Amino acid sequence: MSFANLIRVAVKAILNNKIRTLLSMLGIIIGVAAVIIMMAIGQGSKMSIRKELSKMGTNLLSIRPGADTRGGVRLDPSAMQTLKVADYESIKEEATLAKYVSPEVTSSGQVIYGAKNTMTTIYGEATEYMDIKLWVVEQGDCFTEEDIKKSAKVCVVGKTIVEELFGDKDYNCVGKIIRFKSIPFRVVGILKSKGYNNWGMDQDNVMIAPYTTVMKRIAAQTYFSGINVSAVTEEKSDACIEELTAILRKSHKLKEENENDFTIHSQQEMMETMSTTMDTITIILVVAAAFSLLVAGIGIMNIMLVSVTERTKEIGLRMSVGARGRDISRQFLIEAVIISLSGGFLGVMLGYLGSYGASKIGLPSSVPLWSVILSFTVCALIGLLFGYIPARKAARMDPIEAIRYE
Amino acid sequence: MSEEKKDRKVVIELQDVKRDFKVGDETVHALRGVSFKIYEGEFVTIMGTSGSGKSTLLNQLGCLDTPTSGEYILDGVPVRRMKRSERAVLRNRKIGFVFQNYNLLPKTTAVENVELPLMYNTKYSAKQRRAAAIKALEAVGLGNRLDHKSNQMSGGQMQRVAIARALVNEPAVLLADEATGNLDTRTSFEMLVLFQRLHREGHTIIFVTHNPDIAQYSSRNIMLRDGKIREDVENTNIRDAAAALAELPAPQDD
Repeated sequence: MSFANLIRVAVKAILNNKIRTLLSMLGIIIGVAAVIIMMAIGQGSKMSIRKELSKMGTNLLSIRPGADTRGGVRLDPSAMQTLKVADYESIKEEATLAKYVSPEVTSSGQVIYGAKNTMTTIYGEATEYMDIKLWVVEQGDCFTEEDIKKSAKVCVVGKTIVEELFGDKDYNCVGKIIRFKSIPFRVVGILKSKGYNNWGMDQDNVMIAPYTTVMKRIAAQTYFSGINVSAVTEEKSDACIEELTAILRKSHKLKEENENDFTIHSQQEMMETMSTTMDTITIILVVAAAFSLLVAGIGIMNIMLVSVTERTKEIGLRMSVGARGRDISRQFLIEAVIISLSGGFLGVMLGYLGSYGASKIGLPSSVPLWSVILSFTVCALIGLLFGYIPARKAARMDPIEAIRYE
Repeated sequence: MSEEKKDRKVVIELQDVKRDFKVGDETVHALRGVSFKIYEGEFVTIMGTSGSGKSTLLNQLGCLDTPTSGEYILDGVPVRRMKRSERAVLRNRKIGFVFQNYNLLPKTTAVENVELPLMYNTKYSAKQRRAAAIKALEAVGLGNRLDHKSNQMSGGQMQRVAIARALVNEPAVLLADEATGNLDTRTSFEMLVLFQRLHREGHTIIFVTHNPDIAQYSSRNIMLRDGKIREDVENTNIRDAAAALAELPAPQDD
């Protein structure tokens, strides 16, 4: 029998027993919906953590001077002077996978305006730092390339500093002169608030100035305390690390046998740890839901066995008029697959609905496309697997006995 | 055997067909060596009491079963060594079955029921299948009942649908198993009229029955007893079923 005919016959048989089919589908529907909702909530939680983290820049890579040993003594990384302006320039020129690059020089100290002062950290950076850390300048502007060239005494400040020095965090202090370690800086921009990060640090207690200014006028050093890079995409982070390593090794003239004198960390490393935890929870939930699918499959097998017995006479007739065993077995297999696939389809719909409901009550949830594809594949497999035994039973019937079956 | 028959095509040939069944430790000899030829265009009744082996013989003729020994040649094809699936295809192309209890698919229209054998023949497109089914239904006088479902028809109508289904694949032989067994007298005669007409149109018909009356309307009678042929006679005086039908008392309206 042709495939189109097989489907036609199977659909007709299913429609002849609507209620029974729907009931045996119910297991699949509930199972699939459960799997979809579990996966959606798992995925949703992961995405919400990711979103939190991505406020800091998900594709952020940070290069730090690395552990170096001199005469068997491992030196403190911050005392290392391996990251130089030349490194920054070669990265800027050669790194194809780096979207933004900014060297970093930091210094902590007192910032003063009039009679008020507060403790803060000044970050000497390039203008691209704003893009790397996703800072938004709310009022005024960021300093310019020109300012970097001239080592201009300008800075952008975070909201905490505005509040501490001017008494009101919404005060527009652009153009005011504040002093950091007795060096006067003109405020050119105010950063939009980021609040506290996951470790309880106030991200708004920050001053950002051209790195040249900080290097020359405050830290008085020729090396960087680090270089921040953002990779073109999150997925390319690892490739970018490799590329940066190669560039830095070349620029540091390291030989094959030499260890790196710098380290590169990615924001991803931390995200992966968090994702792994979420994944474990999701897997446990999905496995539980998958068992309900298994039970649903047994339900389908049961109903198919009943159906085969009930239709013994029909099978006998079909065989008498020329159906081969394989025509009969295909007919029942396709019937089982159609039942489980339609169950799967309804389950996916219900899953979407459930996921929508979950997001309405505040659970982060988002249905991943692959879970839909997976559900359909599993349903088709369930149909084939649990349809096989009834189909074989039907195909092996003796037409002589089957046609006289009462 | 008459002379004219010799030139005609042999549709069915049984050569010393035996069929044994094992029941526990005993062997039951259902057929003990049956030989005959059936020529194209014959209307043969096979009669016998229950236990005479006529069901077993019918299963052999219908390729539902194979002989323990001997050979059965259907329309030139030896059947004994055929595989199950090959016999299924052979049935599909060469045999039309008519059963006692019609065996129509429930909740299915007349046309769809008649289309059934052609569903298993991929040479037919959906269009050709429907056209052939309609033609067969018209041939049995049900051209106006195409889309009636099996539960909306009388016994006689259902049996006509079954006959149309048996004719739709243009079989070499029409095998009827007690085809009038479930029908009242009047409808039975109507069925016989139809079979006689099909016979006149050239169809080869084998009618298995335990009812000796039916033998009068066929062209040849084979009588079975204890798995052997007891009698095989030409019927020179075939009664006309249409005339017999006309003689029946008119149906009473109630």
